[in-house]
Amino acid sequence: MTQTATRYDRYQADFVHFQKSLSNGDAWLNEMRQAGVESFSKLCFPTAIRGNEDWRFTNVGPIANRQFAYPFEQASVDAAQVKALSPWDDGWVNLVFVDGRFDQGLSTPAMNRKGPYIGNLAALSAAGQAAARQHLGRHVDAAKNGFAAVNTAFVRDGAFVALPDGAADLPPVHLVFVASRRPQPSVAYPRILVVAGRNSKATLLESYVTLADGAYFTDGVAEVILQEGAQMQHYRLMREAAEAFHIGTTQVRQEKDSTFTSISFARGAAIARNQLHVALDAPGASCFINGLYLTDGTQHIDNNINIDHLKPHTTSDLYFKGILADRSRAVFSGRVIVHKDAQKAYALQSDKNLLLSDGARINTKPSLEIYADDVQCKHGATAGAVAEEAIFYMQARGLDVETATMYLVQGFAREVIDQIKLDGFRQYLELYFIESLPKYQFRSKNQGP
Amino acid sequence: MASTNGTKQPLLEVRGLRAAVTATGQEILKGVDLTVNVGEVHAVMGPNGSGKSTLVNVIAGRPDFAVTAGQVHYAGQDLLAMLPDRRAREGVFLAFQYPVELPGVRPWQFMKASVDALRKHRGLPEIGAREFDAMFKAAVKEMEMDADLMKRSVNEGFSGGEKKRNEMIQLALMEPRLALLDETDSGLDIDALKTVAAGVNKRRGPERSVLLVTHYQRLLGYITPDFVHVLVDGRIALSGGPELAHELEAKGYDWLKESAGTAR
Ligand SMILES: Nc1ncnc2c1ncn2[C@@H]1O[C@H](COP(=O)(O)OP(=O)(O)OP(=O)(O)O)[C@@H](O)[C@H]1O
Ligand SMILES: [Mg+2]
Repeated sequence: MTQTATRYDRYQADFVHFQKSLSNGDAWLNEMRQAGVESFSKLCFPTAIRGNEDWRFTNVGPIANRQFAYPFEQASVDAAQVKALSPWDDGWVNLVFVDGRFDQGLSTPAMNRKGPYIGNLAALSAAGQAAARQHLGRHVDAAKNGFAAVNTAFVRDGAFVALPDGAADLPPVHLVFVASRRPQPSVAYPRILVVAGRNSKATLLESYVTLADGAYFTDGVAEVILQEGAQMQHYRLMREAAEAFHIGTTQVRQEKDSTFTSISFARGAAIARNQLHVALDAPGASCFINGLYLTDGTQHIDNNINIDHLKPHTTSDLYFKGILADRSRAVFSGRVIVHKDAQKAYALQSDKNLLLSDGARINTKPSLEIYADDVQCKHGATAGAVAEEAIFYMQARGLDVETATMYLVQGFAREVIDQIKLDGFRQYLELYFIESLPKYQFRSKNQGP
Repeated sequence: MASTNGTKQPLLEVRGLRAAVTATGQEILKGVDLTVNVGEVHAVMGPNGSGKSTLVNVIAGRPDFAVTAGQVHYAGQDLLAMLPDRRAREGVFLAFQYPVELPGVRPWQFMKASVDALRKHRGLPEIGAREFDAMFKAAVKEMEMDADLMKRSVNEGFSGGEKKRNEMIQLALMEPRLALLDETDSGLDIDALKTVAAGVNKRRGPERSVLLVTHYQRLLGYITPDFVHVLVDGRIALSGGPELAHELEAKGYDWLKESAGTAR
């Protein structure tokens, strides 16, 4: 065996053990897992070598070089802690997964009678299985993405949200993924499948939170299908530990006149990547993707957004903001492709960054590839420090440089936070954001000796 | 305090002040001497680019300028040794000629933070939200500002006149001992001008002093200054009483520019 292969032995060994632990798995799932592990053996994790443009600025060597154990023993966590960590509301449908395993006791009982199914993927009725089988693993490309492949190999528990046609007035669905404190560095494979029926309306929040403080690895996959006229408000909160690793792969497929509005908030993690691919696969499909990310220390956050305008009259609007402190680094890559048939497409994208120290770095790369001729597209990116002029103005009102900077940084973030329509999440972020503001090393001429 | 026996106590003493643009070293203030006593209102006039804004900004501590010579004392303290925020907490307030937009910063929160910073400096606890809210609303009303505007970000999308009114609201809340008003009258319509002037007059008193920079006699019709100074090319070329403003209105500045030239 070659040197590179041995790095992944742990995953292979755990997979064998994992398969044995499944009492008698369903054949179709077993096949999917087998395909996943085989893809993973070939792909491994991507390397930031030349030619691999997608991973040029994000080196996942630190993930590949560590051993992360599959958490065979389920940890029990305290309900109060989970509620305190995440933007919890008892009025929501909350599904809690601890290290990727479903925790029935902490979750709202599954809704599955005459209407939506919102519950664990591993506890489906025959009909539920049939519904899940149509989509699970069909949208994310495990044959090309090593992280999705290994997630698929270990697929077991997960959130399945199936909304029938016309479903509306549902409580917000909150999927909470908790990393527990474990004796050794562990990996979790959160898995989400959302199928929103025709003209359904729903609000979905994914929260990734932690009780751990050392290194661990969250490797999540979400597949979201919006059928004709479906409208989804999607939120994603990443609040991992400072030494954690987080790779999230989200694949969205949109049908005619569907709307996907997504706001993500990402804070911390040693290395994090939010990988989102939206396929606008029918006329009238629109997506609005907003994100806010904060880094400090030597953290690294990568937002990798791919939008495919496949059909005419499709809209994409990407708006990201980053706040970077210390020697941290962020990567933004927005790749919007307007395909040949996608006339009258409308594509906007923007990434704005606030650099709070000289050592912080941003690689921002909005790109547009246009193969249709009648389209409206615009993209832009900015990176800059806090305006000195604004700092002085606030000083002239009695605020010291640190307080003034804090207000400006908050103001910068507010534009994104204010757009959150889910009150419980917005209020949570308003508080958490302030407490999680990077400790900046903002040096002002006004700060004096 | 301006005492009844005629001896006046200086609040601001500027001595031989020279200042240059930090980035380029270009000298703007070339030796300014000025004393503002407690309770007095002084007007500073002068042609464009003569250094009026530079003077008040240097007093407030703007880092774009470096003091190369001279002193500034405020209530007997060395003002130049203080950081700008400290100066503000000590009671020096600059109403900006060009107020700065603060995207995403809410006026109410921002101004409460200012008031609290001043209170903390004086050893007082934070002001209660209700008490502050009442003060805030009163100030907004006094300056005839549209209350809805105050729900936006500070100065963002405000018209020129609205920005100036907003400066006055902050002045009303911060109750400075020394108010530096840099063309607060510019861009105001006639009603707003009266409102602003009334706001300044209301705050005149034995404890407070004002240094106002203006181009127009118009404002001085509403706020009668104790002294008028003319700044030409970084120096005070002439000082006098309120009648000097009328004289300038009639004669312009050219005659002073020449005399400033010959004085060299
Ligand atoms: N930050 C700066 N960088 C470079 N030059 C500056 C800067 N600030 C002021 N100056 C220059 O200094 C001179 C004085 O400017 P200042 O703003 O003090 O004039 P002023 O008397 O207030 O004029 P106005 O009546 O137009 O407001 C001008 O020539 C101006 O261009
Ligand atoms: Mg000026």
